[in-house]
Amino acid sequence: MTTELSVSLWRGAQNGRYETYRVPQRQSQTVLDVVTFVQRHIDPTLSYRFACRVGVCGSCAMTVNGKPRWTCRTHVAKVAGGGRLEIGPLANLPVIKDLATDMQPFFEKWQQAKSAFAPTKTRHDAIARIRPDTPARKAADAAIECINCGVCYAACDTVRWNADYLGPAALTRAWTLVNDERDGGNIARLEAIAGAGGCHACHSHQSCQELCPQALNPTAAIAGLKRRTAAAYLKGEIKV
Amino acid sequence: MNVRLYLWQRATAAVMAPLVVVHIAVIFYATRHGMSAADILSRTRGSIAWAAFYGLFVSAVSIHASIGVRNVLSEWTPLNERSVDACAVFFGLVLAVLGLRAVAAVVLP
Repeated sequence: MTTELSVSLWRGAQNGRYETYRVPQRQSQTVLDVVTFVQRHIDPTLSYRFACRVGVCGSCAMTVNGKPRWTCRTHVAKVAGGGRLEIGPLANLPVIKDLATDMQPFFEKWQQAKSAFAPTKTRHDAIARIRPDTPARKAADAAIECINCGVCYAACDTVRWNADYLGPAALTRAWTLVNDERDGGNIARLEAIAGAGGCHACHSHQSCQELCPQALNPTAAIAGLKRRTAAAYLKGEIKV
Repeated sequence: MNVRLYLWQRATAAVMAPLVVVHIAVIFYATRHGMSAADILSRTRGSIAWAAFYGLFVSAVSIHASIGVRNVLSEWTPLNERSVDACAVFFGLVLAVLGLRAVAAVVLP
């Protein structure tokens, strides 16, 4: 086992460069541990983002040896071939500084996809009784564990090619709501995701599915949206 | 690509799938039986069925391919949306004209 890792970290903003550091290798070490070591012991000006450190908050995603990953749950031993790590900011997002990206475009696209719950009842109504075994609820449940880490967005070729594309996370969230029987915003939602940059821009490369740390399947959700928007368009329920 | 273009592309693909199979079968039949150009033209000239078959084929190809080219131009070039649309329509028209001209050459008596 190598006792020291060669770690290249992105430094600077969009036009930065990689700088290499030597970090001691330890057992059960995560990529976030490595980044934290550099910040605590070598260069306190290193900027990066994290919060929970246990795979819940979705804050610490970075590009690790070319692939977007949640760094707090990615073990160095799994990804550092030959004791080398190259850690950069997430792709497809503007870099603020070092390993921290500006997530604003990511969340703006959630809003463009009408991914906010549109209630059909008020607090004065009885709580809706939802059967967990209906096909719609199962489809909604399958995608509900998204932690908004942005890994799928950074992994997506279509996002890279098409600046208007809403991306796997926003569309997966939309699919959850499309299948939520309590939601009343489906017509506006389907219309928002049926236009250019919506679900039909997806090429089904499935990088989102392969790299999602929560093992979700955004490609399947987007395929569902393609079918649902096509049916709504043919029925005249939505216009583009 | 919006839902309208998506449906056109999927629908034309669905039309083309059986037509491609028949087209390939026809090629195999013609080559295996050693048919000459004169043999083939004697069967296709004046045939409404072959005119309809290949007319539909060319129409589906023109629509399907132009939507595909539009996507490629949209994602891989810096052209704006109007230019991309114009290029795609032009490409589709070229395919339609060349294809229908070829169909006319073999089916018109």
